[in-house]
Amino acid sequence: MSHSSAQASAHSEHEHGQPAKGLTRWLYTTNHKDIGTLYLWFSFAMFLTGGCMALVIRSELFQPGLQLVQPEFFNQMTTLHGLIMVFGAVMPAFVGLANWMIPLMVGAPDMALPRMNNLSFWILPFAFAMLLSTLLMEGGGPNFGWTFYAPLSTTYAPPSVTFFIFSVHMMGISSIMGAINVVATTLNMRAPGMTMMKMPLFVWTWLITAFLLIAVMPVLAGVITMMLMDIHFGTSFFNAGGGGDPVLFQHLFWFFGHPEVYIMILPAFGIISHIVPTFSRKRLFGYASMVYATASIAFLSFIVWAHHMFTVGLPLAGELFFMYSTMLIAVPTGVKVFNWISTMFRGSLSFETPMLFAIGFIVLFTIGGFSGLMLAIAPADFQYHDTYFVVAHFHYVLVPGAIFSIIAGAYYWLPKWTGHMVDERLGRWHFWLSIIGVNLTFFPMHFLGLAGMPRRIPDYALQFADFNMIASIGGFLFGFSQLLFLYIVIKCIRSTDQAPDKPWEGAEGLEWQVPSPAPYHTFSTPPKVD
Amino acid sequence: MALLTLLLLGANNVAHSAWQLNMPEGVTQISASVYELHMIIFWICVVIGCVVFGVMFWSIFHHRKSKGAKPASFHESTTVELIWTIVPVLILIGMAVPATATLRQMYDTTASDVDIQVTGYQWKWRYRYLNENIDFFSTLTTPTEQIHNQADKSEHYLLEVDNPLVLPVGKKIRFLTTSNDVIHSWWVPDFAVKKDAIPGFINEAWTRIDTPGTYRGQCAELCGKDHGFMPIVVVALADTDYQTWVTEQQQAALSKQAAAERTWTLAELMQQGEQVYNTACAACHQANGMGIPGAFPALKGSLIATQDQAAHLDIVLFGKSGTAMAAYGTQFDAVDLASVITYERNAWGNDTGDIVTPQEIKQRLQAGQ
Repeated sequence: MSHSSAQASAHSEHEHGQPAKGLTRWLYTTNHKDIGTLYLWFSFAMFLTGGCMALVIRSELFQPGLQLVQPEFFNQMTTLHGLIMVFGAVMPAFVGLANWMIPLMVGAPDMALPRMNNLSFWILPFAFAMLLSTLLMEGGGPNFGWTFYAPLSTTYAPPSVTFFIFSVHMMGISSIMGAINVVATTLNMRAPGMTMMKMPLFVWTWLITAFLLIAVMPVLAGVITMMLMDIHFGTSFFNAGGGGDPVLFQHLFWFFGHPEVYIMILPAFGIISHIVPTFSRKRLFGYASMVYATASIAFLSFIVWAHHMFTVGLPLAGELFFMYSTMLIAVPTGVKVFNWISTMFRGSLSFETPMLFAIGFIVLFTIGGFSGLMLAIAPADFQYHDTYFVVAHFHYVLVPGAIFSIIAGAYYWLPKWTGHMVDERLGRWHFWLSIIGVNLTFFPMHFLGLAGMPRRIPDYALQFADFNMIASIGGFLFGFSQLLFLYIVIKCIRSTDQAPDKPWEGAEGLEWQVPSPAPYHTFSTPPKVD
Repeated sequence: MALLTLLLLGANNVAHSAWQLNMPEGVTQISASVYELHMIIFWICVVIGCVVFGVMFWSIFHHRKSKGAKPASFHESTTVELIWTIVPVLILIGMAVPATATLRQMYDTTASDVDIQVTGYQWKWRYRYLNENIDFFSTLTTPTEQIHNQADKSEHYLLEVDNPLVLPVGKKIRFLTTSNDVIHSWWVPDFAVKKDAIPGFINEAWTRIDTPGTYRGQCAELCGKDHGFMPIVVVALADTDYQTWVTEQQQAALSKQAAAERTWTLAELMQQGEQVYNTACAACHQANGMGIPGAFPALKGSLIATQDQAAHLDIVLFGKSGTAMAAYGTQFDAVDLASVITYERNAWGNDTGDIVTPQEIKQRLQAGQ
């Protein structure tokens, strides 16, 4: 590989100059690193916002009875918590990581479409400002759950639903533009010699994710447009009284929604596939099978959507098809877990903060996968469906899954971004507090669900009291631990502990060949990959 | 936060609690099969988890750099990769077989002995015994003082209703679920029956209860503000007791019909009306008639409730399309409707002095919308 990248970047800085000063730098920037930074800070702000809503929910559920909020407001909190975490925290965080890392990993000077990149970010603050403003409107914000099933979200919705529809449209446009950028960059701007099967796995998983986004975001846009028509223009897509079908909404929503779930986990697989080999000092086991497994999961994600709808009264043949196809997902997902563990097996392991979060990811994501396999069994799903068992399941794959991988990625690449090392001691504190908090919050929810507690209720019968109290305590522990993360990142930015170009002994890839911090412009001349 | 915790702890003492960890086995043959499937897949996960995490923690303890471990260089093995693709497939096929068998049984709704139409309303259930001509609503009875922590919570807090669904044991009971407004979901864990109630469509489910007893469940699909407050209570009786209950219900219905013919005074109507209002109307329009601004209009001092009596009858009997206001003409009998409208026209200082009689309601209903 080329060793002239540092010179190349110094040269290019001479041509393009340093970043502009002040606010306009961030408003007008077309630089992938700036935009990546904007995405990451924005997603962290949304993570804290959605987190506060989670804490409102957990405070209300601390004890039976209504104490802090009324059911109307409780429903707005569950709805906005879900929407903000999915569209505001997890997805923009992955787009931010893609912006920062994909050009560095494929040896490109920037994303392929830098102006569109600026637009796709700057839509988001407006979309979420509008979504949050619904809380102040007459009748309150959206209160129909993040899945917004019709007709609760159409005929029976508060007037603010129109603003909700518009803001989701904006989020969708932003995601599609981000995805097009990833595809264009990955397919066109790889360094000479970097064939598809030599691409780093983060790039592979993001490429596949981008295709999922392009495929399903228009379906979401379609379904919310149909809602808009039903609400304002007298159509009856989802109203049986006019010849429509409320279940059609669910089919369309989940045809978007299930691939969406994988959109939030495939890039995580990529990040973990970088961190585990680095700290095992051993090549990733089964690179090719990782790529094929990712592609299989993406394909399967399109043919399993109705497993979210086992109780809507599907015909028997439909139930069986979606049960079998869903069970099948366990196979490629299993391959990934086995590969990570084989990578660690007989390696030379060390446990810096990124590796701790990666190991936490593997164990807890796998537990989330197990409960997913249980949910796939349709007859058993009649008992699990819409209970806290489902809440436990998807929080295990999303919190210690997607979010742990984002945190792990941040710790892994912070030295490259800031040029400074992270405080390892505080990083360890962050990890242990998070992992205890996350399990204390979500593990008891399995028991609550099996014992019969439905999800999305503001008050509950007395037999559910004890585990709810534990979950609430865990929620506060986890939530406040994330403020420590904020402190660690700020401390790292201000630190004087200079990071080497390659801070991790076992790391591989083009991103470690540029200086730390990565110069404003990198790879103006492409490196050569053997 | 600590202070808040103490306050909450002090606010009420939890009367009873249980550390239930697992799914109930239930009281039907289907619920037992479902429990069995749940346990099989659970143990499969436990075994796989032990193997996978076992290897992982072995590596974590023995292959540490700090212990001087040198990394091996292997990075692929077609044989191993094939094995861990094929073995899970075989396990899954083994799991799919019993799951398919149970699912086929659950879908066989033929040859039922009792047919019950279950209709979800915001936020109560309506049960119609299709062959016995019995029809009633089932509403939460937990007092609001308990919900707002002004009184100690009773044993079946939030899981108690005025009229439970009464069913015979040993008979095949078919449920036809549907909804009047949004999607609800009728769920009784002890029967392993959960079926969505969808407006405009009818879903089928069935059960055959083995043991007499009281079984409790809840609405499982988010259906608006009081989703957490529409429980399901089923009382399963021996067949002879069930027959007695059916006869009683049919006689009670006859005497209710007679009540609609007699003359009612304002005081009687107000008393009856307040009860109906609190079960059917107060959830949205609030007990004090003030509604919730932006969501549900106030009745106190409103034009319809103080002046236009014909419009008042129309909106209560036929609802208002495009809003959450349902058509109550099909939900209550003439006495209840007359009394609740009379109540709304005279309570909270509306004081119109108007009396609406059951006979007027009947005439209006016959005339149609």
